[in-house]
Amino acid sequence: MLDEFVLRALAAGIGVALIAGPLGCFVVWRRMAYFGDSLAHSALLGIALGLLYGLNINLATIIICATFAMLLVWMQQRRVLATDTLLGILAHAALSIGMVALSFLDNARFDLYSYLFGDILTVRISDLYWIYGGGVIVIALLVFNWSSLTLMTIHEDLARAEGVNSVWSNILLMLLMTIVVAVSIRIVGILLITSMLIIPAATARQLVTSPEGMAIWAAILGLLAVFGGIFGSIEFDTPSGPSIVTTAAALFALVSLVVATRRSSAAIK
Amino acid sequence: MTDLLSARHIGVVREGRSILTDVSLSVGKSDFITIIGPNGAGKSMLLKCMMGFYRPDEGEIIRRKGLKIGYVPQQLVADHTIPILTRRFLTLRKKASKSAVAEVAGETAITDILDKPLHVLSGGELQRVLLARALLDDPELLVLDEPAQNLDVTGQLAFYKLLDRIYADRKVSILMVSHDLHLVMSSTREVVCLYHHVCCSGKPHMVARDPEFISLFGEDMARLMAVYNHSHDHNHTHDHNLGDGHSDSDGHSHDHGHDQSHGHAHNSAGEPHA
Repeated sequence: MLDEFVLRALAAGIGVALIAGPLGCFVVWRRMAYFGDSLAHSALLGIALGLLYGLNINLATIIICATFAMLLVWMQQRRVLATDTLLGILAHAALSIGMVALSFLDNARFDLYSYLFGDILTVRISDLYWIYGGGVIVIALLVFNWSSLTLMTIHEDLARAEGVNSVWSNILLMLLMTIVVAVSIRIVGILLITSMLIIPAATARQLVTSPEGMAIWAAILGLLAVFGGIFGSIEFDTPSGPSIVTTAAALFALVSLVVATRRSSAAIK
Repeated sequence: MTDLLSARHIGVVREGRSILTDVSLSVGKSDFITIIGPNGAGKSMLLKCMMGFYRPDEGEIIRRKGLKIGYVPQQLVADHTIPILTRRFLTLRKKASKSAVAEVAGETAITDILDKPLHVLSGGELQRVLLARALLDDPELLVLDEPAQNLDVTGQLAFYKLLDRIYADRKVSILMVSHDLHLVMSSTREVVCLYHHVCCSGKPHMVARDPEFISLFGEDMARLMAVYNHSHDHNHTHDHNLGDGHSDSDGHSHDHGHDQSHGHAHNSAGEPHA
């Protein structure tokens, strides 16, 4: 039988894969990869505050990431600097402040490495509540707003003309990403969260002809990556985040190769 | 009042610059109004205000309750990262029966591309798909923002012909911003010439003689447009009113608030225009 910690890690990984896949489609379509990365960097500040003041780390991360997103929206609306510049400033400021804050903690209470790259040994039952609680919210909001968000992604003015509130939709996507970032830290780590959003969705893109198909396949491919990564992590004693992402990248390479050879053989025929 | 959508004395100021000043415009049943004007004249802004995307700083937009508007944007850049078939795009966020889709597809000549991915379509096909999507709700008013801007001349001609047929068949009102002066001015539709304010409006052959039109587009362009109209008048004298709800006799009409803007216009006629 599997150890309990493995079951917890698998349960956490499954939850993360199921929410990151569908949301990742929007990250790919709307080119929000850098935003995701910046959000994840700012999560370190959330962790630091959580540890310093004894708050729940998931909650502290959600609060910090949401503040980060709102600050970004506000700065974007001033239209003085480009979004990637703003993201660079905010992300690195948050990361640095987080590191400065963490240096006040004594080392015994804190393993930076596990936050950066994930560690399945750290998954607790309370983390599962966060993952599945957050996951239900994310999936419900995504399903409910799916057509509106997709239409807005294809053409913003068209969506507005048909009654979609584009400001609210943008904020919604940012908040959903905030939740995903916060609940994924234990398993994949801050530095690799974006890849859980992007790689399964990018792999799925090559297999489908509909937006919904892409979301479902992204979830399935994310699950495969999580299974491969967690068992690999146990087998070879490697950090869980990089193991999962390595598996996801291998799947991406495999699918790309198969699709490319199929296409070229179809071209020869 | 039978106005479907109207702007009343709206003004828009952005970063200290006045984009629109005291613009009034109303679209009634079976109207086909084309807004023309040079770049930066505020055409798109006027449309944005009328669509409710942007709240004007002054004046108001009045939209008849329950009005169904079909909106056709300037262009759709179909992104290959989003996998979606034309058919699915048409019905995204819409309730439409299969037969309704088939009917509109036939009308806009996109039946053959319904099952193709959106990102492989040509510019002309994409514009027809956007038009089809706008028609799917059976709107009372079509609003088009430079719908043929990214098409070549043949494509433009084909698109406007299609639009004419839809106007004739469906009795839908149309409000359009257009850059394609040569095509607009050779029709008999109502034209509104905009340069931050309504310079002049009416039938193309009258507008082309308006001093403000001449000062905006230049003597040469005005003469060219007058020639267009001249030959048009000769060629089509007999079928002038075909499929066109307007009688040709009203000629140069003035819309609401025009008198004020006209006064303003004459004062500024000496200004250099872009």
